[in-house]
Amino acid sequence: MMLNTTPKIVTEKQRRRRNNLIAWSFITPNFLGFAIFTLVPVIASFVIAFMKWDAFSAPEFVGFENFKSMIHNQTFWISLWNTVYYTIGTVPLTLIAALLLAILLNKKVRGISTFRAAIFFPYVTSLVAIAVVWNMLFHPDMGLINDFLRWIGIDNPPGWTSSSKWAMPAIIIVSVWRGMGYYMVLYLAGLQSIPRELYEAAKIDGANTWQEFRHVTLPMLAPTTFLVLILLTISSFKVFDLIQVMTMGGPGRATNVLVYLIYNEAFVNYDFGFASAISLVLFIIVLGITIIQFRVQEKNTDF
Amino acid sequence: MDASAKTMDTATKSPVMSRKTKEKIGNAITYIFLLLLSLLVLIPFFWMISSSLKQDNQVFSIPMEWIPSKPQWNNFVVIWDQIPLLTFFKNTIFLSVVITIIQVLTSSFAAYGFSKMKFKGRDTLFLAYIGTIAVPWQAYMIPQFIMMREVHLTDTLWSLVLLQAFSAFGVFLMRQFYMSIPEELSEAARVDGLNEYGIYFKIILPLSKPALTTLAVLTFVNTWNDYMGPFIYLNSTEVKTIQLGLRMFVTLYDAQYALIMAASLISIIPIAIVFIFAQRYIIEGIATTGMKG
Repeated sequence: MMLNTTPKIVTEKQRRRRNNLIAWSFITPNFLGFAIFTLVPVIASFVIAFMKWDAFSAPEFVGFENFKSMIHNQTFWISLWNTVYYTIGTVPLTLIAALLLAILLNKKVRGISTFRAAIFFPYVTSLVAIAVVWNMLFHPDMGLINDFLRWIGIDNPPGWTSSSKWAMPAIIIVSVWRGMGYYMVLYLAGLQSIPRELYEAAKIDGANTWQEFRHVTLPMLAPTTFLVLILLTISSFKVFDLIQVMTMGGPGRATNVLVYLIYNEAFVNYDFGFASAISLVLFIIVLGITIIQFRVQEKNTDF
Repeated sequence: MDASAKTMDTATKSPVMSRKTKEKIGNAITYIFLLLLSLLVLIPFFWMISSSLKQDNQVFSIPMEWIPSKPQWNNFVVIWDQIPLLTFFKNTIFLSVVITIIQVLTSSFAAYGFSKMKFKGRDTLFLAYIGTIAVPWQAYMIPQFIMMREVHLTDTLWSLVLLQAFSAFGVFLMRQFYMSIPEELSEAARVDGLNEYGIYFKIILPLSKPALTTLAVLTFVNTWNDYMGPFIYLNSTEVKTIQLGLRMFVTLYDAQYALIMAASLISIIPIAIVFIFAQRYIIEGIATTGMKG
């Protein structure tokens, strides 16, 4: 060791440079693709929102022009409201369903993983197939769902995707059905990290099942619930596929959501600047939700 | 042990019944309940299978016939001629396989650099990776599209390969895993005279098989199911994926209910097979990262 000290000092700088080079050789293949196809577009998206850029003329800077026309665009406000409506419907229902399923399936009995897999399966199946089959189940006159509703005595079942009042609830139902298995998995991981001793202590104190749930399970799951809440809300604001296949934003504009509007403005009307302005709004909303929820979380850590 | 067992407790307070029998009955009730619940959740799939074996005019007949009396197996033959299903399959397989391979290779390589090596600017660079995960794709899909249009790659499969093969998510997932491998392992190897590439290939890579499989399965399933990316980029029938093809079929022949269900079922089968064999990796991947919604 001692003998090596002198030559090591001389080459320290070289060694570090060599080390940097080796590290970069590991990172470069991914970083090149990442920088060109993700990092640059992310930065560019901020710039394009302030440009007039369409299929007909050369791009030029227009300041806040896109945002001004956005504020006066009725479809924008309808889409924003529809997105909020979808989120308010989907988030609590999915969260509660996922939590209940996780508690139900958090048992150590044989074959439990098969049941978990069954609940989770809708999440991994392709959305188009799912949307198509649900559209048929929701058929107002002949679908299985309205058949069932008539059978239990509801004479005038909803028109679902063909009615502007019921199209969004129909989409929310499919969304909850599809997503609950995914968030159940997160809740199962949360449940399994709760120490056994807490339940034993609760038993000794004479707590019943509900009290156990209320005072042990629920508070211990708070971090998971927080994560689920963020992920669900953010993914709700990005909803597109389900709506494109099930209703195409209709009937009328009843299920037109933000991303659907962005898609239409960018890739149907080729109004890149205007569409980018709306996507900037989407980004700010998503960022805002994250920040607000972090704040709330900080306040509530000492329950 | 659970709620159903407790109800049994109060219902049958007979001391004759042994603890074991009670447990058995409790278990049976749990099983039946879970079975019913699973069946309820899977109803759309049963309906899909059943309808795919009917004639178009039978799909909506009342009362619903769950097991078709005359199963139309022919539906699964006819469908391949109705739409270029084989082409759609080839395109989807190409995308899923190529993107998965590039993603797994480059991510695990980069993750080694980020987790096991120290270099100038490492943390800033990784912050850029993490930062973009938080940005919704829909917020930067427009510049990406303009870029691809400039180099005339729209309406080709390569556009999607380039856009999706280098995601930050893969690097993040692999780094998470590499961080859990004790540093002493690489230190010991360095003392033994192994260089960084040797450590990566001989020590870290063999250890990371579960993480690599998780990333591969998640990427494969996501690419297979992706809709919005192909929807924006692929217009010609020859380059369409199975999802787009199915969507096109529904638009063109919206009254051929049975055939639509047959096509839907075919589009799901490969993913169902992957899921059956790799569900452990999918579920673990989700539980450990909580990402990719």
